[in-house]
Amino acid sequence: MKRNKLAEQAAPWIALVAMFVVWEAACVVFKVDSFVLPRPSQAFAAMWEFRQAIWHNARFTFTTTLLGFAIAVGFGLLLGLVVGASAFVYKALYPLLIGFNSIPKVAVVPILVIWFGIGFVPAVLTAFLISFFPIVVNVATGLATLEPELRDVLRSLGARKIDILLKVGLPRSMPLFFASLKVAVTLAFVGSVISETMAGNEGIGHLMLSAGASFRVPLVFAGLLVISVMGVAMYAAFAWIEQRMTGWAYRGDVNAA
Amino acid sequence: MAFVDIADASLIYGEDGESGTLAVKDTTLGIERGEFVAVVGPSGCGKSSLLKLVSGLNLATAGRVAVGGEAVVRPLKIVGMAFQNPTLLPWRRVIDNVLLPMEVADGLRSQYRRDPAPFVAKARDILATVGLKGFEDKHPWQLSGGMQQRASLCRALIHNPALLLLDEPFAALDAFTREELWGVMQTLWLKERFTVILVTHDLREATFLADTVYVMSNRPGRVIYTRKIDLKRPRTLEGCFEPAFVDHVHALRDHISIARSS
Repeated sequence: MKRNKLAEQAAPWIALVAMFVVWEAACVVFKVDSFVLPRPSQAFAAMWEFRQAIWHNARFTFTTTLLGFAIAVGFGLLLGLVVGASAFVYKALYPLLIGFNSIPKVAVVPILVIWFGIGFVPAVLTAFLISFFPIVVNVATGLATLEPELRDVLRSLGARKIDILLKVGLPRSMPLFFASLKVAVTLAFVGSVISETMAGNEGIGHLMLSAGASFRVPLVFAGLLVISVMGVAMYAAFAWIEQRMTGWAYRGDVNAA
Repeated sequence: MAFVDIADASLIYGEDGESGTLAVKDTTLGIERGEFVAVVGPSGCGKSSLLKLVSGLNLATAGRVAVGGEAVVRPLKIVGMAFQNPTLLPWRRVIDNVLLPMEVADGLRSQYRRDPAPFVAKARDILATVGLKGFEDKHPWQLSGGMQQRASLCRALIHNPALLLLDEPFAALDAFTREELWGVMQTLWLKERFTVILVTHDLREATFLADTVYVMSNRPGRVIYTRKIDLKRPRTLEGCFEPAFVDHVHALRDHISIARSS
């Protein structure tokens, strides 16, 4: 049993190393030009060589992403509450939300640039726009799927709508909410990097674009790796928060209090 | 006038009435204060709809429903409810689940907020009555199905409702647990003597618990037979095998078959 658990923990790291080994080997065996696909070792070398630029731009991307994501959490939670609490608002707004979510966010960036100029603000807003949708949907779903029997119990007590929402609806939708945060935070990175690539003067997206323009392909890949690492790290952080906040939804993990 | 007074009441589900489903038709029955009533009938016959009428969660499309002398025109606030599904909140401990009505009930909320101690004591007391002493601080999923249903009953009774509405509360339990809970239910009722309407499809359950059993017809539901159960209390499980008990069950059974074939 103990060995199994150890293997389980090691598995993702082994898979990661295996990917790099296969990648490296494939590049060597098939003599792939580093201009087309650099070896991972070259990407890491570029990462070290340009560590200062990467550090600076990664920090920028990280900040814009988290800021946009934070706005998405506040806005998504609020809109989810409204949409989930009222069948009328749900019916009225849902097609609108779906329509909005179907718009590729790439197409929105030029508009944001017209309104706010390039750089920080459009990156934050793109991260926000791309990541609020899953939060809204999940919170609304959690509220809308309240058991009718439970609603009857509460209504027959003369409970106010706000009480039902705060005491039952909201806690019920928390596991869905936290699950959606994991997805939303990785989407937020997509949003900010899109904006930086199209209309940035800072950030990993901008760095990759400049590196590509000057044919420093290993540096482009270094940028990709940095974004992935940030995404995985934030995902893991929110997975941890999810476990802490809604342990009751994962019955096995909670001790008898 | 009876405590619960239903006169020629009908309930139609659906927006415009005309095209909706007729769930209850021209039903008349009277329930005295402190009476234990069971409603039996084929599945889908509108038994649950009858409870909705009494509780005011659905209003009668025609006829009259009155509780305690007042016409039911909005959801009543003096009822407790329990269903087949215990619907406990998984993030709350058992005692907090039982106390949930105190936090939201109109009229009791402020009283509870000012001084929760007597209500907490009452919750512990009632949990002990149903055999859940020592489980107050557990979470619902740490309890068996029967124990969850006991906790659900406690939640239905914590605010001393004048009227308890039970919609097949024991239907999902195994036979032994179910019979055990009949005893628990009887104990609770003998102690407080609230009025109960129990919807069930188990004729032995109805006979064991009720003073009066109403048999409803196929949809649209109507009361087609009323039987007084005059067995002395407290009733025991051994008593279920005595001729008088069996006679009641057989009589009900006959009328159910009529209801099903109609």
